[in-house]
Amino acid sequence: MANAASPEERRSGYTYLSEETRRLQDDDFANPGMLWVEKGQELWRQAAGPAARSCQSCHGEAHDSMRSVATRYPAYSAAVGHVINLEQQINRCRVYRLKAREFSYESEDLLALTAFISHQAKGLTVHAGVDGSAADSFARGRAFFYQRRGQLNLSCANCHEQHAGSRLHGETISQGQVNGFPIYRELWQTMGSTHRMFAWCNEAVRAEPYPPGSQEYVDLELYERWRGRGLLVETPAVRR
Amino acid sequence: MANSRVKVPASAKAGDNLEIRAMIMHPMENGYNVDTQGTTIPVHIITDFVCTYDGAEVVHIQLQPGLSANPYFSFYLTASKSGPVDFTWTDQDGTITTNSATLLVT
Repeated sequence: MANAASPEERRSGYTYLSEETRRLQDDDFANPGMLWVEKGQELWRQAAGPAARSCQSCHGEAHDSMRSVATRYPAYSAAVGHVINLEQQINRCRVYRLKAREFSYESEDLLALTAFISHQAKGLTVHAGVDGSAADSFARGRAFFYQRRGQLNLSCANCHEQHAGSRLHGETISQGQVNGFPIYRELWQTMGSTHRMFAWCNEAVRAEPYPPGSQEYVDLELYERWRGRGLLVETPAVRR
Repeated sequence: MANSRVKVPASAKAGDNLEIRAMIMHPMENGYNVDTQGTTIPVHIITDFVCTYDGAEVVHIQLQPGLSANPYFSFYLTASKSGPVDFTWTDQDGTITTNSATLLVT
């Protein structure tokens, strides 16, 4: 099957970047994504809700407790009954543990906290679980990836699998891996989540995007994680 | 106050040329972007960046709408004596963001 790419065929979006952009990502100071990581660190320690508790109250130092967490999301949550991603898990913690208001999807705060937690896993390999309770979600995600959509009638696979490495106008088409998310995207001049990227791609093929945080995109995110299994977490990555 | 980061070496010898780095989280809206409803997003920028070393101004940059978001500056400073290195960003609406580091000259 075409999607059973061997590890050496899997390439992070980093390898498609120009040298200047790669240097920007590698420089821990100049990388603008680190602004969000630092903000996320503040939020991690900041008390919220009636009991004035923070993420740190339960989880302690993120450096230890969150070291590998981002590598295994999206994951099946028995409490919710379906697969959820890291953003949704953060919001569940906020609502059920801290009794605080949840962050809206794609808000600066949620991006910052997601980036901070994902950054703890930097350098570890991505390995999302796709068996057992996550199998249905995974199957839907895979179907989404191969489903043609939009006025241009293109599936994700048409570009990111069949034409990865080819040129589209001035750009090189990447494999569409998500190992660096949330990313600082130069086009957006800000941080963006996987779902914002999916929506952007869907709009690019003139398809109606799904809302960020929708189950369709969580399923796709799970499939994407599996597709990039073995790649290293790069958060916060810089992309064009 | 916006989120900012600065990098100043903790200590140096007198006469050393030190790289100073400063960055702030800011959208730097140039006035040409539109939101999802087609409404123009007004200009929202930082207008001034100032760095002082032991109270004396060493760098003053005036920013214009053409700059990209999260402006990042890097420059060199000659170490002379121990003292604070202060950074100030002034927003167009007058909001001031400050950050500071202490340089120890031996």
